[in-house]
Amino acid sequence: MSQSQKPPARRNSLWWDALRHLRRQPLAMVSLGVILFYVGLALLCSAGVIFTDYALVDHNRPYQEPSWENWLGTDIFGRDVLARAAHGSITSLSVGFVGTGLALVIGTLLGALAGYFGGRTDDLVVWFYTTVDTIPYILLVVSLAFIMGPSLQTLYLAIGLTFWVSHCRIVRAEFLKHRERDYVQGALAVGASHWRRIFIHILPNIFHLILINFSLVFVTAVKSEVILSFLGLGVEPGVPSWGMMINDARLELPRGVWWGLAAATGFMFFLILAFNLFNDALREALDPKRSRV
Amino acid sequence: MFKYVVRRLLYTIPILFGVTLLTFLLFHIAGGDPAAQAAGKHASAEEIALLKAQLGLDRPLHQQYFFYLQQIATFDFGRSWATKQNISSMFKAGLGPTLSLTLPAFFLAVLITISLALILAHLRGSWVDRLSLVLCLAMMSISFLVYILAGQYFLAYQFSLFPISGWDPDPILRWTYLALPILIAVVVSIGPDTLFFRTVFLDEISQDYVRTARAKGLAEGRILFKHVLRNALIPIITIVVIRMPFLVMGSLLLEAFFGIPGLGGIMFQAIQNSDFPVIKAMTFIGALLYMFFQLFSDILYAAVDPKIQLR
Repeated sequence: MSQSQKPPARRNSLWWDALRHLRRQPLAMVSLGVILFYVGLALLCSAGVIFTDYALVDHNRPYQEPSWENWLGTDIFGRDVLARAAHGSITSLSVGFVGTGLALVIGTLLGALAGYFGGRTDDLVVWFYTTVDTIPYILLVVSLAFIMGPSLQTLYLAIGLTFWVSHCRIVRAEFLKHRERDYVQGALAVGASHWRRIFIHILPNIFHLILINFSLVFVTAVKSEVILSFLGLGVEPGVPSWGMMINDARLELPRGVWWGLAAATGFMFFLILAFNLFNDALREALDPKRSRV
Repeated sequence: MFKYVVRRLLYTIPILFGVTLLTFLLFHIAGGDPAAQAAGKHASAEEIALLKAQLGLDRPLHQQYFFYLQQIATFDFGRSWATKQNISSMFKAGLGPTLSLTLPAFFLAVLITISLALILAHLRGSWVDRLSLVLCLAMMSISFLVYILAGQYFLAYQFSLFPISGWDPDPILRWTYLALPILIAVVVSIGPDTLFFRTVFLDEISQDYVRTARAKGLAEGRILFKHVLRNALIPIITIVVIRMPFLVMGSLLLEAFFGIPGLGGIMFQAIQNSDFPVIKAMTFIGALLYMFFQLFSDILYAAVDPKIQLR
């Protein structure tokens, strides 16, 4: 009975190679550092350790220019823009992580079922994702958010229920390929259940694709938050978010108030760029066949 | 070829059914009570019940669904709650302005990004290539909204190069208003599209026929622009088709900011006014257009690539 296509000693080689590859790339490591910095910032903000005065209203000091006291100035209510931008990372990261997590869980589950079982199940899942994919995603995400009303949960759900399709398609194709492989047939021969073959045997072998898709969907999720907030379909008013800050800039710019827009854009720029760069390096590291994007 | 087209057309039927079902479920079940929303905040229970009967919302679900299918078949989506206009005629009026914004933007963007990608593929591995990669990723890291806000503020407001916003029904005069949104749309697509086309070209460059052409002694430029470009047509069509819904719908933000009375602008207004039937109709029409473009692209594939047989 053939057990696996590769000898056991090399089983982890993809991951070890990838790790070595990533560590050799300074840009990727800096990007990872930036991502971790944002995570730390969001955690410290939500724990109330730093920037605790983000909601402190001071009607005597609206639209103050950047100064030593307020490094990035103040907004219309005299609130510190830097503190609000820092707290905006909580919204963006939670939308990014929860929304993306939801999308990947849906996509992986449906893709795995379709690819593994084939037949009717496959037809149904393919029909379903083709249907969802047919609705242009901006309309779908807007409709979902519109129906559920503005809140953070809405953002999670709207993003999770919209951006699972491309991932599902990839996972399905991989399962179609893997279920015929010797190691899965071997597992069948020793009596492994469907459940076990799907989740214990095949899933770990395509985990690198989940990782790559994670950072792709994450970027889309964070960008969507901004647009949904602009349309009034994002977080409730008062919750600090980069989308809200960019939206406020519509009224601020004609008055010469540029710091709100600059702060939100800057905070968003470095997070998204770090994810984009890291994803680029990750793809190259985990998928050696693929040419550099 | 004819057989292929017919088969492909038949294939769209279950998808069309799925889209009607999905939009129906989305708006009729998940969407809460549309009658209460239409009647407004201060309506009494009787008023809501009356409106429910008028809108047919008191009937069983399968009847409502059937009624919805009827609406779709006759292309009569009822009237907007906010403006009381007929939605189909709103759609017809909006199509022209949207296309005059998105078509030129789209073709300019494709032309520019393909040229850039070819240059990068030619210079692959050099510092220019690597720097451009990072630049493209950086351009992708800025929100679409920021491009619009900054473009409108600096180019239109500060330097007065363009009008800030507005519209002229005249097909010639409207271009003064369209220039800036088109420019912004092109700039936004440079990042992602250049990266995509570059990957496409690099995938082609590693093929055997390129090595053969090189062995024959052909100049690199000739190989790139003649052989590689032609063989990369299939993935190029793919991205072109993926971008096509943008031609009709994706300009929502641009139209909202620049006051262009197109489909995106209508959708934006509808969201602002919680205009239920308009959002529903637009979602369905968007899906319909996307289906049409996909059909179109599959037929185009078959025409371009002799390897694609009539399945």
